[in-house]
Amino acid sequence: MSLDIATVRRIAALARIRLEEGELAQAQAELNGILGWIEQLQAVDTEGVEPMAGGGAVALRPRPDAVTDGGIADRILANAPDRQGEYFGVPKVVE
Amino acid sequence: MHPTDFTLRGAIDALNEGIITSVELTQAHLDAIAALNPRLNAYITVTGEQALEQARASDARRKEGIAGPLEGVPLAIKDLFCTAGTLTTAGSRILGNFTPPYESTVSANLLRDGAVFLGKANLDEFAMGSSNTTSAFGPVENPWSRANDPDTRLVPGGSSGGSAAAVAARLALGATATDTGGSIRQPAAFCGIAGIKPTYGRCSRFGIVAFASSLDQAGPVARTVEDCAILLKSMAGFDPKDSTSADIPVPDFAAACARGVKGLRIGVPKEYRLEGTPPEIEALWEQGLAWLREQGAETVEISLPHTKYALPTYYIVAPAEASSNLARYDGVRFGLRVTEPNSDLRDLYERTRAQGFGAEVRRRILIGTYVLSAGYYDAYYLKAQKIRALIKRDFDDAFGKVDAIVTPATPSAAFGMDEKQDDPVKMYLNDVFTVTANLAGLPGLAVPAGLDAQGLPLGLQVIGRSFDEETVFAVGTAIEQAAGFTALPRLRAGA
Repeated sequence: MSLDIATVRRIAALARIRLEEGELAQAQAELNGILGWIEQLQAVDTEGVEPMAGGGAVALRPRPDAVTDGGIADRILANAPDRQGEYFGVPKVVE
Repeated sequence: MHPTDFTLRGAIDALNEGIITSVELTQAHLDAIAALNPRLNAYITVTGEQALEQARASDARRKEGIAGPLEGVPLAIKDLFCTAGTLTTAGSRILGNFTPPYESTVSANLLRDGAVFLGKANLDEFAMGSSNTTSAFGPVENPWSRANDPDTRLVPGGSSGGSAAAVAARLALGATATDTGGSIRQPAAFCGIAGIKPTYGRCSRFGIVAFASSLDQAGPVARTVEDCAILLKSMAGFDPKDSTSADIPVPDFAAACARGVKGLRIGVPKEYRLEGTPPEIEALWEQGLAWLREQGAETVEISLPHTKYALPTYYIVAPAEASSNLARYDGVRFGLRVTEPNSDLRDLYERTRAQGFGAEVRRRILIGTYVLSAGYYDAYYLKAQKIRALIKRDFDDAFGKVDAIVTPATPSAAFGMDEKQDDPVKMYLNDVFTVTANLAGLPGLAVPAGLDAQGLPLGLQVIGRSFDEETVFAVGTAIEQAAGFTALPRLRAGA
């Protein structure tokens, strides 16, 4: 499967990564190179195989649905690029 | 003897016997860093004052008769582990100004046991790479060079290249590292040191910047197998803050090193005999198996039929998980923010991520986004998860017949800094022998076993059953002792 420029543009938009018009062709070539190499997996017979989702042999354990911390707004906001009081500042999103 | 020449075990003994203080040991390492780091670039951040403070506190504790298992031992911490109050960059511009207010569980465990932190080790950006050339803070140089070509600067491997280079050049007694597809074992092999990726779930991932969560595991690199065992004992253990952390007791790994290999059955996977592998690596592999037979082990040919699909499977699973994990870097809550005067929120996201991430990270996010996107999920991601299950099944079958598996660690020795940079897939092939253990969640150890004709180190890999690092350490120690690896890199403290 080979990606066209429109698809590369769509993927970049989904990933929220700005690609300039001049970067699209190189990105397309690199992604197609990798996808072409991955294509060999289609040859493997996986009929009836359960997909392996996690990395561990141990089942995930439930934990109590309880609040375990809080009241640390200053620590959470310490690295904010634009702190506005107790909030993260962003460009206006609602008119 | 120069204090930086101690093994970690030797340093612990010397500290216990009062031959040296932690302040002296730490200062010697800081001096070595000041002399060599400008060239090697193994550390992104050196925390000299804090290290000496920790060393003084350690010496004081020792005087009071309190000494943890790593009391006063200076270590490097891969800059993927969050360290409270100390810059943690993940080798990325997007985290270039990030100071975490919390400590990773692994580094907290090391501090609990008395360790001293010299600084934060360089790495490939977000641990994505096999040469430590993708770091936003510049590449790391391998302290080794070719005997007949000392001017060509070689890569230390990656992604834990700074950790491995620092330990090999004696700028730390040991270091933390992480391994998603080979990022502990490949740089350890390239730098002539030992390193273990333990079983998935053995070390907590809490506070480690996430790359691919079903594959990431923390582990140590150090100059001997026993030193790795000592470090892993401190790093490992159950942590309720990581839902995949295994609630399983941590054995005395160092004691297991001396077990010997008598009566063990060692698997030799026929699919790991790859076309194009240098004859020296094939020969070293045969030599390693012969050493194990001489010590009473039996070697058995086994088959891991899906081996050749492991790398392409990995390059679906890892980028998919990375694209999800790295969605958090949005320029809103922490890290870099890039805007233009008229930027709306979406433009803020897109500009921040375009400028904050390097080329390899952007590439993997795009691949991951594509294989998870509507209409392609089943063909790529689900297919890869099924093949991953088959790869794990291969190992389950093999471990019905053998106790451990021995393979080469890497398909080549360390290469030049400007080699393999033009084709991403060529770079990915570095992990051909290591990536299977990540997909199956198994422990894998790299141990230095010999030199190639150019005088560069080559390593062997030992893969074990799930949560059986003890057998891995026993086999690794047997190889290490038979190899008697004493060669030293050209660039090192005290040289």
